[in-house]
Amino acid sequence: MKIEFVLNYKPQIIEVDLARRLLDILREDFGLTGVKEGCGEGECGACVVLMDGKAVNSCLVPAGNIIGKSIVTLESFKKTERYKMIESCFLEAGSVQCGFCTPGIVMATESLLNENPNPTEKEIKEGLSGNLCRCTGYNMIFKGIHQAAERGKGLW
Amino acid sequence: MRESISKPIQRVDGSAKISGEAKYIGDMHFENMLFAKTLRSSRVKAKIKSIIKPELPEGYFIVDKDDVPGFNRMRTVVSDHPLFAEDNVEYIGQPILLVVGPERETIYDIITHISIVYDDLEPLYTLEEAEAKSTVFTDYHYDKGEPDKAFAVAVTIIEDEYHTGYQEHVYLEPQGMAAEYRDDTMFVYGSMQCPFYAEGALTEALGWDAKRIRVIQTVTGGAFGGKEEFPSLTACQVAVAALKTKRPVTLIYDRDEDIICSTKRHPSIVRYKAALNQNNDVIALDVDVLLDAGAYNGLSPVVLQRAIFSVTGVYNYLHLKVRGRNFMTNNVPSGAYRGFGAPQTIFGTEMLMHNIALKIGVDPLDYKMRHMLRRGDPTCMGGKIRDIVKLPEIITRVTEMSDYRNKVQNNVKYKGIGASLFLHGCGFTGNGEQTIQGKIILKKSGENVILKVSSTEMGQGAETVLRKIVAYSLDLPIEKVLCEAADTGLVPDSGPTVASRTTMIVGGLLRQACLELKDRWDEAEEFEVSRSYKHPDFLNWDNDTFQGDAYPVYSWGANVAEVEIDPVTYEINVKKISAVYDVGMPIDETTLRGQMQGGIVQGVGWATIEVMTTDKGKLIQKNLTDYKVPTSMDIPKIDCEFVSNPYEFGPFGAKCAGELPFVGAPPAVVAAVSNALNVPIYSIPITPEDLMEMDSHEN
Ligand code: FES
Ligand code: FES
Repeated sequence: MKIEFVLNYKPQIIEVDLARRLLDILREDFGLTGVKEGCGEGECGACVVLMDGKAVNSCLVPAGNIIGKSIVTLESFKKTERYKMIESCFLEAGSVQCGFCTPGIVMATESLLNENPNPTEKEIKEGLSGNLCRCTGYNMIFKGIHQAAERGKGLW
Repeated sequence: MRESISKPIQRVDGSAKISGEAKYIGDMHFENMLFAKTLRSSRVKAKIKSIIKPELPEGYFIVDKDDVPGFNRMRTVVSDHPLFAEDNVEYIGQPILLVVGPERETIYDIITHISIVYDDLEPLYTLEEAEAKSTVFTDYHYDKGEPDKAFAVAVTIIEDEYHTGYQEHVYLEPQGMAAEYRDDTMFVYGSMQCPFYAEGALTEALGWDAKRIRVIQTVTGGAFGGKEEFPSLTACQVAVAALKTKRPVTLIYDRDEDIICSTKRHPSIVRYKAALNQNNDVIALDVDVLLDAGAYNGLSPVVLQRAIFSVTGVYNYLHLKVRGRNFMTNNVPSGAYRGFGAPQTIFGTEMLMHNIALKIGVDPLDYKMRHMLRRGDPTCMGGKIRDIVKLPEIITRVTEMSDYRNKVQNNVKYKGIGASLFLHGCGFTGNGEQTIQGKIILKKSGENVILKVSSTEMGQGAETVLRKIVAYSLDLPIEKVLCEAADTGLVPDSGPTVASRTTMIVGGLLRQACLELKDRWDEAEEFEVSRSYKHPDFLNWDNDTFQGDAYPVYSWGANVAEVEIDPVTYEINVKKISAVYDVGMPIDETTLRGQMQGGIVQGVGWATIEVMTTDKGKLIQKNLTDYKVPTSMDIPKIDCEFVSNPYEFGPFGAKCAGELPFVGAPPAVVAAVSNALNVPIYSIPITPEDLMEMDSHEN
């Protein structure tokens, strides 16, 4: 079926099976490999993208649900000032190890700070509760997010 | 004078990973590429009577044992795992064949139309059954002193048994491999720790000279031991498929498949008999270590070695009798996982000491301190502790940070505090380093230096740390120190990226080469300097009797854990871990802290929520919905400090680090839970159900 949606601020019309996962559409049809597949069952958050500004697990979103929606992936978000702030704070805080969880965490951070530019420690934990990271033990990610919120005042 | 090497720099691979530009194997595209999917055994143990294959559509292939031109076994310590099943299957999930083709949907469809006729055989489900039937793969023994005499004169003898469960690595990037056959060479790409292990396995599977094989590591999304030996299997499978189809073939696991068939931490039973003298001090230990190796032995003998060489933890027991056995069961094979057998025995020994202390009514930490190793003491294998043991300083600091002394005296029910003391032998066990003979090359190229090693970056920060060692040694900015790709065609074999050996051993070789390069810097615009590992003369090891220095040096640590138990649900809430480590010298504090934080959290997971069990050879927890690993909501506050204790033969004094935090956290958490409910604990993971039952008995 033909569907219309907006991907990284560009309108798209694609022919697609409505059951096809948004994750596969992004990775395979559009080559947006910043979106990762860690579990395919909504448990890890490696596949997080923004749908109408909210973080969603793209492995759980069928094509039928993106009709008329605006999808933003890291490939476009990385051009923003907010991304640059997250990047530099993550680098400094040691928030990244193997990096496989990182794109999803960057998008979850954007969604979190969008909703709440001054999150408490507890709110950061809750904001990341859908993102697994097996390498860092999370504390150094919290620190990166906390710093981004502090230094990025006014960006969100 | 430059700043201390410990001062953090930004990770060299950070930006590419944050921006999503780093290419993992699943992100790579090969021209004309085919996909592969594995058909696996659905039986625990069976004879394959026949395989009925459907007619294949054009362009689709079945790849199985008959397509393997060389040896149909995965080369590792014991090369017993078939690449593709032959007459029998020995566990659920064992690979039988690959279906390969251009469209995934069609591949799945073909798989459902292949039927396998099995003749079921009598399987072995558990370690206990395996022990009763004596299906022993490996049986090791060693003694120290005169254990029999010591037991004969003991005032008290205490017997305990400790159990630990499976653990799944859950590296966030599942296993993935691709092969491309071109220019008469097999190129294999994938997520892995040890490209030369895969290369070695490929020479045997293909029956080819290593010159015609190139293994190239792609950005690796976590490993923790899970990508040590296992990728050798998938590397051989895709290579055989690429050879048959004459097209590139990729094999990427989804999470459920990965959990079902990949190696895991060995479940264990460790039995102790402790001989106590009139002061209630342990004078002798008799230890029996049992590991569930699963259906194939593979790497398990070496895991067992580290397990039995770690049984004494940080303690000096005068007399010892140690036995270790790997058992064959019809479970998925166990394999390398951070700590490599040591977490199982260190857990047992720490809890044994804790439980003896409770029995005799003294503080567990004080009791442990009465037995600690000191410089000059013999190790359990008759080697020597050569360096200063800074445990007293470490313990003072960790008890201050956690206020242990105060809190342990004033504990209230459902709140607990507990301490662990631990060590980790640095580098390969026994004469492993001598056998591997790691080699490195440094190349001067104009203003730049290129380092060539097979050591891989899998998230732990190896590339940053190794480049930093070279940059500091040569007084160059880090940007001028480049790292050649981990490609067996371009780099020498500096050994596998395992056993926390990379910084100390490979970094040490690089540091030596830098000194030569510095002296010869003006000689030419372009030249190479190389170094091969030489075992220090003062270290002796006899691999037949297990006598001598099993490790050149040890890293040490102490943890204090604080927990709260929910009085209704009995859920364990780990509130805080205070940790102090001696890893010689931190090469990069941020990278090191990352290792410590991550290792602690994985250890806490293993001890508490990471429940993985089997029922009649079938894993019960088959996906991330059932198998829970710590999330951002589950983790403790972690305070972590380092004491400096430079090691003469490590680069800038560095020793080992990556596995150490994993070893230390579980016994501290369990000691704290034991303290909270005032019950002894003998088994992990500790589930709320177990706790509830223990507590009701107590009341
Ligand atoms: S891949 Fe979507 S949540 Fe894990
Ligand atoms: S950095 Fe490896 S999973 Fe998060």
